[in-house]
Amino acid sequence: MAQYKLVRCRLNGRDVETMVDVRASLTDMLRNTYELTSVKKGCEVGECGACTVLIDGEAFNSCIYLAVWADGKEIRTLESLLGPDGELSDIQQAFVDEAAIQCGFCTPGVILSAVEILESGKLYSDDELRKLLSGHLCRCTGYQNILRAVKKTMYRRLGLPLPEAEAPAG
Amino acid sequence: MYDIQALYEAQSVADAVALRQAHPEAVVIAGGSDVLIKLREGKLAGCSLLSIYGLDELRGVTMEADGTLRIGSLTSFSHITRDPLIQRHFHVLGEAVDQVGGPQIRNIGTIGGNTCNGVTSADSASTLFAWDAVVELTGPDGVRQVPIADFYIKAGRVDLRPGEIQTAILVPRAAYEGYRGHYIKYAMRNAMDIATTGCSVNCKLAPDGTVADVRIAYGVAGPIPLRCPTAEAALRGKAPSREAVDAFARSVLADVHPRDSWRASKAFREHLAVELARRAVEQSIQLAGGAV
Repeated sequence: MAQYKLVRCRLNGRDVETMVDVRASLTDMLRNTYELTSVKKGCEVGECGACTVLIDGEAFNSCIYLAVWADGKEIRTLESLLGPDGELSDIQQAFVDEAAIQCGFCTPGVILSAVEILESGKLYSDDELRKLLSGHLCRCTGYQNILRAVKKTMYRRLGLPLPEAEAPAG
Repeated sequence: MYDIQALYEAQSVADAVALRQAHPEAVVIAGGSDVLIKLREGKLAGCSLLSIYGLDELRGVTMEADGTLRIGSLTSFSHITRDPLIQRHFHVLGEAVDQVGGPQIRNIGTIGGNTCNGVTSADSASTLFAWDAVVELTGPDGVRQVPIADFYIKAGRVDLRPGEIQTAILVPRAAYEGYRGHYIKYAMRNAMDIATTGCSVNCKLAPDGTVADVRIAYGVAGPIPLRCPTAEAALRGKAPSREAVDAFARSVLADVHPRDSWRASKAFREHLAVELARRAVEQSIQLAGGAV
């Protein structure tokens, strides 16, 4: 017999509640109940990072997270980054500008990991950024453009000039 | 959807113990980065889960009055790495668990799950062996403590009795004070990979620069993590010369017994064991203020 549980959480800035089948992953709940389809179903075993969401400010693979664990948590998906009129956030715009997107399937997850990185308020080296972004697989871009987009946004948010080598030519 | 029959969520440690007794067949799930993957693979299909993930009382690192470091079993890898007490007294553990999987896995994976899983490749395990950690278990008869080396029984099997859950990893003051160490994970990729072999070394130097104590442990050098007493005895009390360090590294072969697997051959793992021992002990001696 199916077993359900009431899950209350703060989702993209709104307090929500729903009855959840205890067998559901957080990916299932976000996509099926809340229609947040930026949360992608990729490998479903915590390797590809396409389902990444922020829970209380930290990046998690929602495919290996029981939906019932979301009770009492603050959850953010890519949808939370859009402005009131659907404007892109700085990190999303940086992905567009740096051609850090091709097919786009991995992008919502990568951007949420980037948000955790940016919100730390720290300045990271390239090696540190690579490590912090290593929980994502992207089969299109070769990662360099993703790294550049995150790095550029990190410098901009910290009010620092981008090191010479990364500044656009001309 | 996961293929589970029922989910029991513990509300406290006492409740977890009661649920373990009431549902002995249920699989305990902490962060789930092993259990939920096994479910996806169909290995645990149809099982019941007993979730202890909600027990915040098992999170965090504290120091007890006698100087024992207490790491709550549900503390995530990323929180261990960032913890000031770990950085000050047990830096190697923070560095070792910072090499598990990728960032998202380090946010969900717990040290309790990593050890209760009983696998030899766990990035935390060799370091816990090398620092004489103690496992705290809470069950129907109260709390008991088991040295980590006794906690591991065989591959995939740990000394977790009916009704028990692991509640903490303890490191007594004598096991960390004055020691500095280094962990090396050898794997094929820098992220999202399992150690081909992992080596954790630490040492304490005497005022005259000789090695007062040295401890070395491996993951994936046998079916469970293991220490190398022969190598430790070979270097203890000696000056850290090039010859002494080389002899130390070679003598690990007396105690490691890796096997051929699809990841790597026995011969390669033995080669790694010697080379990692040499590099990790040199680094440990340097960190302790000495030089080879």
